[in-house]
Amino acid sequence: MVGLVVVSHSQKAAEGICDIAAQMGGSDARIEPAGGDPDGGIGTSVDRIEDAIDAADDGDGVVVLVDLGSAVMNAEVAMEMGDATVRIADAPILEGALNAAVEASGSKATLDSVVESAEEAREYRKLN
Amino acid sequence: MADAEIQREAILAAIDNVAARIAEEKSYLTDLDSAIGDADHGANMNRGFQAVVEALDGDDAEEMGPDDLVKMVGKTIISNVGGAAGPLYGGSTMLASAELEGGITAETSVAFAETYLQKVQDRGKAEIGAKTMVDALVPAVHTYKKSIEQDDLPPLTALSKAVDACERGVRYTVPLRARKGRASYLDWRSVGHQDPGATSTLFILEELLETAEEYLDGEVVRDARSPDVPDESPEEAADEALDGEDE
Repeated sequence: MVGLVVVSHSQKAAEGICDIAAQMGGSDARIEPAGGDPDGGIGTSVDRIEDAIDAADDGDGVVVLVDLGSAVMNAEVAMEMGDATVRIADAPILEGALNAAVEASGSKATLDSVVESAEEAREYRKLN
Repeated sequence: MADAEIQREAILAAIDNVAARIAEEKSYLTDLDSAIGDADHGANMNRGFQAVVEALDGDDAEEMGPDDLVKMVGKTIISNVGGAAGPLYGGSTMLASAELEGGITAETSVAFAETYLQKVQDRGKAEIGAKTMVDALVPAVHTYKKSIEQDDLPPLTALSKAVDACERGVRYTVPLRARKGRASYLDWRSVGHQDPGATSTLFILEELLETAEEYLDGEVVRDARSPDVPDESPEEAADEALDGEDE
């Protein structure tokens, strides 16, 4: 099953987004938060992201959802340092995580299809 | 050039000097960052460099060649900074360290500088003029390379010219509108503020020069150097930098 990692500057935001997405992805969903800097403050941490990727990966690959700036760069570094097959989705973090969780729980999901679903969230309008 | 043992000693001295300088400038960097960013640059850089000092305190450091030492510096920064400075300063240092495999010479130091700049740009995607550390790095690296390769200057003189060029680059960030990084969210409101990443890049280079003066011979050109410890507010620094464009 394709795993998901949610990288936010806030640990609470990462955990909350995972909770919302997991509700849609079902009990089997592999969704891991990686929020906050190395001390738990606002920021991002390569080590936290690497650990979350390892926890989310069962061999089918991992899709990473990111919020701002350093989340993208630190996710890229974590991706380059680890062994798992990882893709970063260019998507809004909450809607993208939700879409990705739904897609990943389907029996035909692939790494590509999960990235694609997450990125479809870029088109969503909230008020018609 | 000096043998491996002296190079190792010089690298450790440089790291101590940089870490002490960053600790000293921590609140100044945070002030600059609070004006146009998320107010964490001083704390993040300090956490990174303090971790480097601790990491190099261990016995392992005694066995390492210059390239592995510098690589360890980069890796430690990546793991401990907690912001974009991790991949930018740490990641670029780690990747550029391979250029020092044969030790530090004029030639390998140019290669290191060029690779470092390239990796910063690959990762951060910032071009010159976006109000980032790239605006300080490009003039520094270009000046260093030209001074060594075209003008045949001693590395110490080349480095001092690079520090001057870097300082001019830092001043150049003040009147620019940010196009990358957190400051770009402020758009036009970022104009008139000095970039924190360009500033910490200058502090690092100033300390490398300071250290190099202990180990190398050559003339040091210092005409564009700033006071060691800027203590004015970012706004004052911005005004001064604008007023100071008269050389």
